[in-house]
Amino acid sequence: MPMTMRRFDALGETLYEAVLPNGLRLAVVPKPDFASGYAVFATDYGGAHRRFTLAGETHDTPAGVAHYLEHKMFDLPGGDNAMELLSANGADPNAFTSAGMTAYFFLCTGKFEENLRLLLHFVSIPYFTEETVQKERGIITQEILMGEDEPGTRHYYDFLRMLYAHHPVRDQVAGTVESIQAITPETLYACHRAFYAPGNMALCVEGPIDPERVFAIAQEELGALSGEAPEADFGEEESLLPIETFRLLEMPVSAPQFLIGAKFRPEKGGEALLRQRLVSQLALRVLFGASSPFYTRLYAEGLLNRDYSYEASFTAGTGTVIIGGESRDAQAVLRALQEQIEAVCREGLDSERFERARRASYGSRLRGLEDFESVCLAEVSGLFRGYCAFEAPALLAGITKAECEAFLLETLAPERLAMAVMQAKKE
Amino acid sequence: MQVKRSEILPGVWLSYLQSDKFKTACLSLSLLTQLKRETASLNALIPFVLRRGTTRYEDMEALSSRMDELYGAVIEPVVRRIGEIQCLGFYASIPEDDFLPAGTRVLPAACELLGELLLSPATRGGLLRQAYVESEREKLVERIRARVNDKIGYALSRCLEEMCCFEDFSVSRYGSEESAAAIYYTKLTKHYRALLQTSPIEIFYCGRAEEPTLVAALREALATLPRGEVDYDIGTDVRLNAIEAQPRFAEEHMDVAQGKLVMGFRLGESMEEPDPAVLTVFNCLYGGGTTSKLFMNVREKLQLCYYASSLLDWHKGLLLVNAGIEPGRFEEARDEILAQLDALRRGEISDEELQAARAAVASDLRSLTDSQGELEGFTLSQTIDGLDYGPMELAALCEEVGKEELIAVAKNVECDMIYYLSGEEDEDDADDDAAL
Repeated sequence: MPMTMRRFDALGETLYEAVLPNGLRLAVVPKPDFASGYAVFATDYGGAHRRFTLAGETHDTPAGVAHYLEHKMFDLPGGDNAMELLSANGADPNAFTSAGMTAYFFLCTGKFEENLRLLLHFVSIPYFTEETVQKERGIITQEILMGEDEPGTRHYYDFLRMLYAHHPVRDQVAGTVESIQAITPETLYACHRAFYAPGNMALCVEGPIDPERVFAIAQEELGALSGEAPEADFGEEESLLPIETFRLLEMPVSAPQFLIGAKFRPEKGGEALLRQRLVSQLALRVLFGASSPFYTRLYAEGLLNRDYSYEASFTAGTGTVIIGGESRDAQAVLRALQEQIEAVCREGLDSERFERARRASYGSRLRGLEDFESVCLAEVSGLFRGYCAFEAPALLAGITKAECEAFLLETLAPERLAMAVMQAKKE
Repeated sequence: MQVKRSEILPGVWLSYLQSDKFKTACLSLSLLTQLKRETASLNALIPFVLRRGTTRYEDMEALSSRMDELYGAVIEPVVRRIGEIQCLGFYASIPEDDFLPAGTRVLPAACELLGELLLSPATRGGLLRQAYVESEREKLVERIRARVNDKIGYALSRCLEEMCCFEDFSVSRYGSEESAAAIYYTKLTKHYRALLQTSPIEIFYCGRAEEPTLVAALREALATLPRGEVDYDIGTDVRLNAIEAQPRFAEEHMDVAQGKLVMGFRLGESMEEPDPAVLTVFNCLYGGGTTSKLFMNVREKLQLCYYASSLLDWHKGLLLVNAGIEPGRFEEARDEILAQLDALRRGEISDEELQAARAAVASDLRSLTDSQGELEGFTLSQTIDGLDYGPMELAALCEEVGKEELIAVAKNVECDMIYYLSGEEDEDDADDDAAL
């Protein structure tokens, strides 16, 4: 048995895991009752991994390489395109690049093994020519321009630029129209060699699939590959204070939008990181969730509506709390948020509310298990950082109110907060 | 997987699907009513006002805290438009007891809460609370205005509005800003009471509960539902052909870097006896996926746009093509989109293209059975169309679709409306003769 099996009885889930000799990590969640199978093959490499060291040599690459690479990986030698081959085979393939990860995935209801082989094959074989790389520049330029029309995207990056002084997470994943001019086939080959080494990648599969077959296919398709994982350099550690505390952005939107947030230091990995994820999410839910006095009162006063969200995001070695929504008076929202923090400082979190939030959080984790994509992506993130996402619901039971209070009081201290408001130009 | 339908109370229909695949159960309740300009906003506002408070849980904090207690059961307002039928109600997602501490029973409590939301709103003097109505009215107006924030969605809805300006289909699911802004709480209360009396109610459940247990819980939760004569006379008016001999044209300018082109088509005679399998495969072949004519040619080969895809509404008999284009390439993109349709009319469909389209839609339909949300939407849509087959059967039908049937659809399709949203300075090529 090359794979180890772990049962999570309370969740009704079973997980199979293995590491190939060349370092590739893989996980399978069998779902015999389901019609579709999902597979994601991902690299621990995203838009923020611009500077890295490999075999003692430091490389600096332009903004947008990881995303450019994602676009070009679908080209196969001989002129075939993996996207078309998978589609023709009845699969629904796609890919994304975030600041911290590049993922290639498909969903299909038949020919799963064939599609899996194709996925592993095309992602591990780089093939770029001057001509195809040049041709892609037009398409990516359009994508970047489209992002510029997208008020949400503009607002988000503006906000990150207020928080982060130099960490590359502050730059658009796709790069800029200028930065992508410098990308050549050689840049793409070099980054593929570095970041698509098996030791830097993970495969996760969920569906009506035999785990041993996945292991065997991965071994056959990828077993011969090797290569050491590079060391990413995100620059000097950032201060926890924002560079700017307030910024106003003008875009054609129907109502003013706000983003309020702060940085925090994420744990490096392992259970400590998983625990920190749970603590941050639970703490934010208690204070800012759908049943919180903060949200329900501002909602009743007409200062918030359903276009509202809160999250603690962990990416490329950064931790960021972001609370966002639509409001005609963002300053009032910020004041109310600060009052909540002050109240936590004085009285701590309300115990009953805390226990209710823990229940609700458990229920929403159950709901999250319905979606293959979110299960597999959470699993892949865990494989990269050394924890197992399926342990989250059990771990949740042991999170204390004191941990949540400490997280809130430290992260959302007054001097740590920044706010970006986006509104239409006043005529 | 077989949906069982039964009438559990007068005009209240349950579509019941037992499944132990999922960790949460899905329960939705929809009131069906004819989409009309005069009432769309009134209807749309109702579930949002009801979600503000009940007699027992008077405000959102109390209501949401109750849902937290039920292990994060979620009951949210939903307003949809299926053809020219407006569907309003709630969608609930309820953790299955099997994964909760022993002895916990969430479903009956969730049914009870759903019933309270529908039938026992927080009132004052017998009327929906003025403060709740006015606050939700403002939010509805904001939501209607907010469509401008998503430029792609905005362009799609503007094309539909222009194309169907003589039909109720041009009314959005939330109605217009003006009609929403004019709503008063006394009138809304009256409308709400009338709707409870007359609207057919569709309930969908997918989960582990046995049918008798569920039916008993629902009957109890809805015991006080006041019923009058149920109005089943609702439906969608299908217009087969384009309004004018040449496609109409409309253009708007906004601060966008990329032009958004939307082309609206009528399905013509294919709607006399619409065959969902053939229409679905046709849409996939033309612009529905990554092996489609539009994706392969307009996007990949000619690089006229960042995206180019088609959407099908078989209730109303419409096809919309949606493309993001470089400024200055409007005419080229429009002509190429039409040229690809001509290619289909001439029967230029390779075996690979046909096979890929059939496989893609069949696979999508089969995967739909893995998602409760999609099963719910599919079932409601089938019910409204009076169709009784499920996604697996439709998938099998799609795999049988032949080339000739697809060519026939292509020949019947007529372009009715071209809409272009362009940047402020991009006025060079969209001139007067742009409408062909």
